Amino acid sequence: MRSFAYCTADDVSQAVTKHGADDRVAYVAGGTTLLDLVKLDVMRPAQLVDINRLPLDEVETLDDGRLRIGATVTNTDLAHHPEVKAHYPLLSQALLAGASTQLRNMATTAGNVMQRTRCPYYRDASAACNRREPGSGCDAMHGINRMHAVLGVSDQCIATHPSDMCIAMAAIGATLTLEGPDGKREIAFNDFHRLPGDQPEKEHELRPGELITHITLDTPIEGAGAYYLKLRDRASYEFALASAGAIVAVEDGVIREARLALGGVATKPWRSHEAELALHDQPAAVSTFEMAAEAAMQDAVPHEYNAFKIPLARQAIVRALREACRDAENANQQR
Amino acid sequence: MMEPSETAAQSAETVTVNLIVNGEPRQLQVTPNVVLLDALRDELRLTGTKKGCDHGQCGACTVHVDGMAINSCLRLAVMCEGQHITTVEGLARDGQLHPVQRAFLEHDAYQCGYCTPGQMMSAAALLEDERIAADDASVREAMSGNLCRCGAYKNILEAVQDARREVAAGTEERS
Repeated sequence: MRSFAYCTADDVSQAVTKHGADDRVAYVAGGTTLLDLVKLDVMRPAQLVDINRLPLDEVETLDDGRLRIGATVTNTDLAHHPEVKAHYPLLSQALLAGASTQLRNMATTAGNVMQRTRCPYYRDASAACNRREPGSGCDAMHGINRMHAVLGVSDQCIATHPSDMCIAMAAIGATLTLEGPDGKREIAFNDFHRLPGDQPEKEHELRPGELITHITLDTPIEGAGAYYLKLRDRASYEFALASAGAIVAVEDGVIREARLALGGVATKPWRSHEAELALHDQPAAVSTFEMAAEAAMQDAVPHEYNAFKIPLARQAIVRALREACRDAENANQQR
Repeated sequence: MMEPSETAAQSAETVTVNLIVNGEPRQLQVTPNVVLLDALRDELRLTGTKKGCDHGQCGACTVHVDGMAINSCLRLAVMCEGQHITTVEGLARDGQLHPVQRAFLEHDAYQCGYCTPGQMMSAAALLEDERIAADDASVREAMSGNLCRCGAYKNILEAVQDARREVAAGTEERS
């Protein structure tokens, strides 16, 4: 692994100062993405600022009912947190569907948001990749693109966003708190990740030196059911071919409110407002779910090896909605 | 902001790291880019922990840091300052094998043995973790970060379940 300098910070402002908005400096928390990619020579930091000592490892319910999660809360602790299990079961399910026990023990909430694509051409420093090296081309476009995205693609990049956690957050709705050289600001979760467009190297809205300090989840939808379905090549420890996270509130057999986000098929955590529109005020029935699935995937663009993801994602959507509705019915009966 | 020359000079320097490895305080001098796995194997000569993929994909390098199972190939040694590290060499206590080690022996839970230290470290962490349900599917899921290319999974699962039952029974007796 290439060499780099290393320092720690004790609070956020010290971390930001030590970073110095220098693009050769990187924050490190869990390190599961960063060190992997440094070993591959895909990321080349000259210095790391370790943020594990920052007081950002708390999960707390705010007065307005939202849940504020510190940047360095591990994926394991978040998945098993009583508030998350009780009020955000979709997030708990998604977290536990991701990676392995060891990686979840290391990986942090903000780090998960910042993880990079698993596109093999991005990870291979000798391949052409516009995301890694702007203007170099895209070997995935006519290569082995079975794992690649069908939604949100551009002619520059078709790399899939790999996170499960982010799919749950996209559906739930959340706000990121950022702190940088110019102070604090907030950004909606669904505005944070960028579509590749003609600048696939710009993956998110972070400004130089900015640090994600917290992620605050929107208040849970009362009485809603939730389900995260992840379809993949093996039953565990594998990235999604297609995943669907659904939250549905049902009253007298009619869908009062619905949230749907997709993973494994898109270039960013994909909230499907088209599907949600097709579900709103409609009967909680398979025919409705199928129409929603159709709406969600109508703009999908396949490449040579990944056309199968379109029907696969549609089926994942129908199944996730069905299970979420069942979950909602169970919740209604218990009340 | 740091000048490039200064950065390069700093990065070549070694750093002192204090760890508590298998209960004993250890001090080592490493450059910041040394991962915990290599520090354990090359600096402390604790070669029970294995290097497989070196990218967090196989679990052969699993150790405990402050009681949590992690991939030591993706953790810098300098990030572990002051932390308690347990490796496979630290599982046995007072000449007695850990219940997981006994169960792996009894169930013949390996073939070539290369993944075994990592498997046992994940299993030992799992025994203490009440959040993992008792059924086989939950245990398989919790152990899925440890690959075994010989395919000894069936016996590994039996060994883990056996050890878990033994530890649970022991806990009940004591309480």
